[in-house]
Amino acid sequence: MGQPVLKDAIAGATVVSLPGKPSDVLPLPAGPSKSIATRLVPLAKGALVNLLPPLITIALILLFWQIAASGPQSSLPPPTRIWEEAKDLITEPFYWAGSQDIGLGWRILVSLQRVAIGFSLAAVVGVLLGTLVGQSVWATRGLDPVFQVLRTVPPLAWLPLSLAAFRDSQPSAIFVIFITAIWPVIINTAVGIRNIPQDYRNVAQVLRLNQIEFFYKIMVPSAAPYIFTGLRIGVGLSWLAIVAAEMLTGGVGIGFFIWDAWNSSRLSDIIVALVYIGVVGFLLDRLVALIGHVVTRGTATN
Amino acid sequence: MSYLKIDHVDKRFQRGAATTEVLKDISLVIDKGEFVSIIGHSGCGKSTLLNIIAGLTPATTGCILLEGKEVNAPGPDRAVVFQNHSLLPWLTVYDNVALAVNKVFGGKKSKAERHDWILHNLDLVQMGHARDKRPGEISGGMKQRVGIARGLAMEPKILLLDEPFGALDALTRAHLQDSVMQIHAALGNTMIMITHDVDEAVLLSDRIVMLTNGPSARIGEVLDVRLARPRKRLELVTDRSYIAAREAVLKFLYERHRFVEAA
Repeated sequence: MGQPVLKDAIAGATVVSLPGKPSDVLPLPAGPSKSIATRLVPLAKGALVNLLPPLITIALILLFWQIAASGPQSSLPPPTRIWEEAKDLITEPFYWAGSQDIGLGWRILVSLQRVAIGFSLAAVVGVLLGTLVGQSVWATRGLDPVFQVLRTVPPLAWLPLSLAAFRDSQPSAIFVIFITAIWPVIINTAVGIRNIPQDYRNVAQVLRLNQIEFFYKIMVPSAAPYIFTGLRIGVGLSWLAIVAAEMLTGGVGIGFFIWDAWNSSRLSDIIVALVYIGVVGFLLDRLVALIGHVVTRGTATN
Repeated sequence: MSYLKIDHVDKRFQRGAATTEVLKDISLVIDKGEFVSIIGHSGCGKSTLLNIIAGLTPATTGCILLEGKEVNAPGPDRAVVFQNHSLLPWLTVYDNVALAVNKVFGGKKSKAERHDWILHNLDLVQMGHARDKRPGEISGGMKQRVGIARGLAMEPKILLLDEPFGALDALTRAHLQDSVMQIHAALGNTMIMITHDVDEAVLLSDRIVMLTNGPSARIGEVLDVRLARPRKRLELVTDRSYIAAREAVLKFLYERHRFVEAA
């Protein structure tokens, strides 16, 4: 919108060669003439371009599913039957009618709370341990092989041990989240610390920054993009682990809901719960990515 | 008593059983307020010598004396302007300089004094206008200006410049050379600059220290540049002593110590 105006001004200035006051020309016509409609149109266009393809995909999947699951021999319900059977779950995520008869929104919140505690612990401990491993050669030699072995243990394999140790399902579930999410945080933080450019270390040395100043003025900001990559992987893994852990520990979480529904053959409920889990997992990932984007602004560009 | 004394410095690197001698018996005395350039072919150990003076690399034998005292660790009394600017990309221009000022003058100056001192140094390199920009948003020459401001703001006894203009285009480089000359004239800092640019060395320096080729680089010659200051780039082009100094350095580099391995 503004460009032709600018061009005119420059062209005018060069041709007539007025004694250097192009600023008289510039601010005149632009700005206020823009109506809300002209601003909204490109915005709406952008939304349409980004939203239309996934909507079409979803519609096609639903259509295919409907056709495939409509036969008399079909063992899974088609979308129309899910809508009939589990309408209340879809439309009322936050209803409350007794201790086990609650909306999926509440269950998700309970699961999220566990993830929040376990994941926060994993983030703090993971960054500190990762810093140690990245900073010290001896810590790397001593700890890295142990980490590499432990990180391959599937989340649920920790559950019996953790139940035996804590004797309660709530801390056990949180521990499983913690032990699942911590490895990518440690490993990525260590890589980030190792990749701090020598130049930054030289700057710190010339300024005689002490260890603590070096940690939070140079190390953390410099390794932040790596740390957030680790956190993003970690939050995804936590969400994977909580559902499985809750299936076994029981309680109010979304994982137990699926197990409960399976035991009473409510397949439609399970499918609705899966959609909830997927959407929330997606949002969690985006949330951590967004925080990372805000915190590390400027770090990536040099 | 000399201001800075480089006293019989040797530097050897040990890798397994193999030892490479990079610098051999480097001795040099630098006076307060002097501008000294160290010139030599690439790989001859210029940067190693600067890092030894800065304390970032330890000398194998010999020592560095600053005002009679041995220095063997890095510190803000020997500020370094790094070749690739080394600004912290997550801090603004102002905060990059503030990091140094707050660390060095944290206990000595009030907050307002430090603020004024940061702005003063940014103005000195004509970067006051970009104080809220991040390094990623400014040009290479501007980044190097900020790097110089950060160095100056530490009020170092010696400012060490490690090929400060090496990565810049010729026009930007000329601008920055002029800025450094102005700052040197105004503040009278002692400066040591590493360079491989003959014109730059002659234009800026009081003395040019020429290193022979490595391994085991020595000081081959030291040339006094007796040109009156302030120096004007254009007037010097036809100046006889300028041409003579330039010729002396070129002859050293390309006749007596040709870099055989190059190209």
